[in-house]
Amino acid sequence: MPRASKDWSQAPLVLCALSIPLLSVASLFVGVSDVSFSTLFGSDGRALQVLLISRIPRTIALVLAGAGMAVAGTIMQMLARNRFVEPSTAGTVESATLGILTVMLFAPGLPVIAKAAVAATFAMAGTSLFLAIIRRIPLRSILLVPLVGIMLGGVINAVSTFFAYRFDMLQSLGAWTSGDFSGVLRGRYELLWISFALTVVAYMAARRFTVAGMGDDFTTNIGLNYRRIVALGLAIVSMVTAVVVVTVGMIPFLGLIIPNVVSMMLGDNLKRSLPWVATLGAGFVLACDIVGRLILYPYEVPIGTVVGVVGSVFFLYLLLRKNARVA
Amino acid sequence: MIEINDVQKAYGDAIVVKGVSLALPKGGITSIIGPNGAGKSTLLSMISRLLPMDRGRVLVDGLDVTTTKSDVLAKRLSILRQDNHMTARLTVRDLVAFGRYPYSHDRPTVEDRAHVEKALGFLDLEPLADRFLDELSGGQRQRAFVAMVLCQDTDYALFDEPLNNLDMRHASAMMRLLRRAADEFGKTVVLVLHDINFASCYSDHIVAMRAGEVAFQGTPEAVMRKEVLTGIFETEIDIHDIEDRRIAVFY
Repeated sequence: MPRASKDWSQAPLVLCALSIPLLSVASLFVGVSDVSFSTLFGSDGRALQVLLISRIPRTIALVLAGAGMAVAGTIMQMLARNRFVEPSTAGTVESATLGILTVMLFAPGLPVIAKAAVAATFAMAGTSLFLAIIRRIPLRSILLVPLVGIMLGGVINAVSTFFAYRFDMLQSLGAWTSGDFSGVLRGRYELLWISFALTVVAYMAARRFTVAGMGDDFTTNIGLNYRRIVALGLAIVSMVTAVVVVTVGMIPFLGLIIPNVVSMMLGDNLKRSLPWVATLGAGFVLACDIVGRLILYPYEVPIGTVVGVVGSVFFLYLLLRKNARVA
Repeated sequence: MIEINDVQKAYGDAIVVKGVSLALPKGGITSIIGPNGAGKSTLLSMISRLLPMDRGRVLVDGLDVTTTKSDVLAKRLSILRQDNHMTARLTVRDLVAFGRYPYSHDRPTVEDRAHVEKALGFLDLEPLADRFLDELSGGQRQRAFVAMVLCQDTDYALFDEPLNNLDMRHASAMMRLLRRAADEFGKTVVLVLHDINFASCYSDHIVAMRAGEVAFQGTPEAVMRKEVLTGIFETEIDIHDIEDRRIAVFY
């Protein structure tokens, strides 16, 4: 696949990026309550209130969560050295969910940020376990790695479901495992700014994650500490996942689709590609959420479902694609 | 000089490297040869701190590889392993540029860029510089990794099977290039080689290993002898002198 001149190879990405302001504006005006330019400046101020309390927070939440999860997916792929790994195929999301459930059972009164911290700790433990397992698989077949992650996630999820069932919390469990932005209101999404801050940290360490993606020998050879990079990556991935799961619920496959698309077009020099990953992640989540709001209007389809459908198809495409690069 | 002192490595009950002591001279090309499972690659990995040793120590110009900071060593010694199984999709130029990481970390300088271009030129990689590694043939990719190691510009450069994936033309070109690195730039090159004839023709010093131990070492003339090689490889090997070169025939 010879590349055309640099400008053209990035053209589709630039188009996507340009569409994000449009999508954001659309996101502000799509919904059951009538918010439009005419009602916005109407006398009762109701539309303005809806905009400020619901629509703007929702749009910001979409952008932050989308960017964060896409970047988390990229980092996971570098750490696991596998294209098919992301927080929902590595046990990260399920561990975070188990963490929240644990808090809800033992200390339901804790503030949200403490809940997120516990969820992040669980996520880190689960993901470390995943990385430890795949390191012990003698023949690291590329398909075996995500399978192990999905199975590990299944086991952890079974534990969560058992306790949620015993303590009558299945409904809450459903909320965390299926991403949904309809409940985002002012005062209930701000935690996601943590995810934004972590995305910035990830960008600053981008070259290190690229190096880690070349393997531990490669990393040691140029004088870097592989374990330290893995620890940093794990911390970022776990915290981003925890924050997203706590505030809006899991968005499956996002961390799989976006990093793979960007990698196919731009490669994996993260210093160059990570901004695109974040931008496209935000745009993709915005678009899926708007689709979810429109498809059964006036009802909403949760974004987890929309992304799940698109993501499964894309996952199959990745698996079946001819000349699939054997990672 | 690389001083290897009583270095040992075991995997479970199997001792792969048995208390090896060895001094690799500074300058020139040293080749480590020996049958499969002799412990050549394991020894090379321990010298380059990729693998912890169970016992003993390795000094590179007096620096203990286990206690010296990794980023300090990265400016002295570089290592290229044989399996460069990679996930990150990089262009050749990006890869080569990572050779400068020990010097400038996250901020490549103008000088670094000059080093990168020089290394690309040295290996005839300019036409491929903007191609992704996964779009290259095995041999081209191997050259890209060697360019990265040269770009790292260390006194010692260690290569595990650098001729893997290379056809005859590229294999001998690679050996001539390593020869130039040693002769013109004063690098110390240490190779693990399978092909004993390449070792014979291009090395200054040969170390022969067998069953985790150093079986014999010396100049190519001293090592390339019927009775020495037959013992090491446990197979009938004849030596012929062809135009000043000692060639082993074992087919």
